[in-house]
Amino acid sequence: MGIVPALLNSRFICNMENTLSDFIVDIQNMSFSRGDNLIYDRMNMTVAQGKVTAIMGPSGIGKTTLLKLIGGQLKPDSGDILFRGRSIPKMNRSELYQTRKDMSMLFQSGALFSEMSVFDNVAFPIREHTKLPESLIKIMVLMKLEAVGLRGARDLMPAELSGGMARRAALARAIALDPQLIMYDEPFAGQDPISMGIVVKLIRALNNALGLTSVVVSHDVTEVMSIADYVYVVAEKHVIGEGTPEQLRQHESPLVQQFLKGEADGAVPFHYKAAPYADELMELL
Amino acid sequence: MVLKQLQRMGAATIHTIAGLGRAGLMLLGAIIGKPSFRKGAPLLLKQLYVVGVLSLLIIVVSGLFIGMVLALQGYTVLVKFGAEQMLGPLVALSLLRELGPVVTALLFAGRAGSALTAEIGLMKATEQLSSMEMMAVDPLRRIIAPRFWAGVISMPLLAIIFTAVGILGGHLVGVDWLGVDAGGYWSAMQANVDLYQDVFNGIIKSIVFAFIVMWIALHKGFDAIPTSEGISRATTETVVTASLAVLAFDFILTALMFGG
Repeated sequence: MGIVPALLNSRFICNMENTLSDFIVDIQNMSFSRGDNLIYDRMNMTVAQGKVTAIMGPSGIGKTTLLKLIGGQLKPDSGDILFRGRSIPKMNRSELYQTRKDMSMLFQSGALFSEMSVFDNVAFPIREHTKLPESLIKIMVLMKLEAVGLRGARDLMPAELSGGMARRAALARAIALDPQLIMYDEPFAGQDPISMGIVVKLIRALNNALGLTSVVVSHDVTEVMSIADYVYVVAEKHVIGEGTPEQLRQHESPLVQQFLKGEADGAVPFHYKAAPYADELMELL
Repeated sequence: MVLKQLQRMGAATIHTIAGLGRAGLMLLGAIIGKPSFRKGAPLLLKQLYVVGVLSLLIIVVSGLFIGMVLALQGYTVLVKFGAEQMLGPLVALSLLRELGPVVTALLFAGRAGSALTAEIGLMKATEQLSSMEMMAVDPLRRIIAPRFWAGVISMPLLAIIFTAVGILGGHLVGVDWLGVDAGGYWSAMQANVDLYQDVFNGIIKSIVFAFIVMWIALHKGFDAIPTSEGISRATTETVVTASLAVLAFDFILTALMFGG
């Protein structure tokens, strides 16, 4: 090996190490419960900077809850959630609000403000957090809307948008302040194939172009596996499988395999927990 | 059986106290803090229009009819004693001391209060409040505070308009229709109505009712279960709770102001 390729190689390895150790989100032994219902039991998870990390799992296991925990809208019972090395649960209100300027979330419904036009929705965070002149805000908003293909829809009201368009408008709003982390809550749910394709392309393209870090919560296996750099499968209160999409396809856990292949019966039984069928019928006779 | 009854009572008490605590925290979060004129003024103006101006029609029409009914009922009694000249004070004092503030508050709770509860409940159900929080914008300051202040400012003004229109309604029936002397109607009113005792106390009542109605309406919306059923229930609760609270506080305030 020549000196230049060797240097390049060592530099590449150093960068790799930096990247791998540079986690923007670090969840450490986190437990969370709602009333008596334990949702997460000492769960560990990391989100690498600049990557698209997907969190998959069956419905009702608390994937949205996880995003709310990262965003500081909920507090864990124990354990810690670090954002760029700082503990989210231990932050006071003003620190949390300051930190939230660096993160953004795309809600499942879009959560556009119904009384504002698409333009005003996208301009909202800029107007709230900056004192920029209106002419500059207009340029910024049009840039964000152009990125999601909705520059022509700027004057429409949220009620006039289709589900896919609302999701894209909300995405433009989510990137308005150029956050470091963007969290997508079920971005593909209820989308037609064209809208879904657009959202898939946008998540990957925005992540690369803007140098974002993306966390995608979804149970749409095909779409998630096509864009994610790293995938966590969450079930039974903790992470049951993790790795790159390719590693996950080879995972030995039957639960992971059942989830990825969408099988009706398996580690997660088809039938809800109940007394034996024959016993119940006999009781009725 | 008794133990279960006690358990239920205890749970209901805890639920009520927890609700009061949440309501108190919501209000403190909304109204305490450094005001920002640049951001706050346009929001307040918009809410003054939505909450105040759009309630004008129902207030004016109700005030007119209540003034007319008061004059008609009062005249039939007063005329028996030859005291129809006292119709002016009867209409004015009834409206200034009681009906103006109370009926305005009840109408306000039904019209603006229920609309606010539904609006905020729906914002919660569609995750607009959560998304605002995630954008580092406090929904208490951005959504709750302007609506609260708009209600507190507009309700006393609406009560004054209600009372003025009611007095004109009384004039319409008493003077123009039943033939009471116009000079007597106004002069007896001027002689018997006290600025501090009657007018100011009426306005104070109205401010207190505004505070109560807005607090209840906003809290019910903010605390609503984010489903269609939850919002519907919260809207009903706003009207019922606010109306009962207004009537209860009216008795307390009347006892304090005019009781002794």
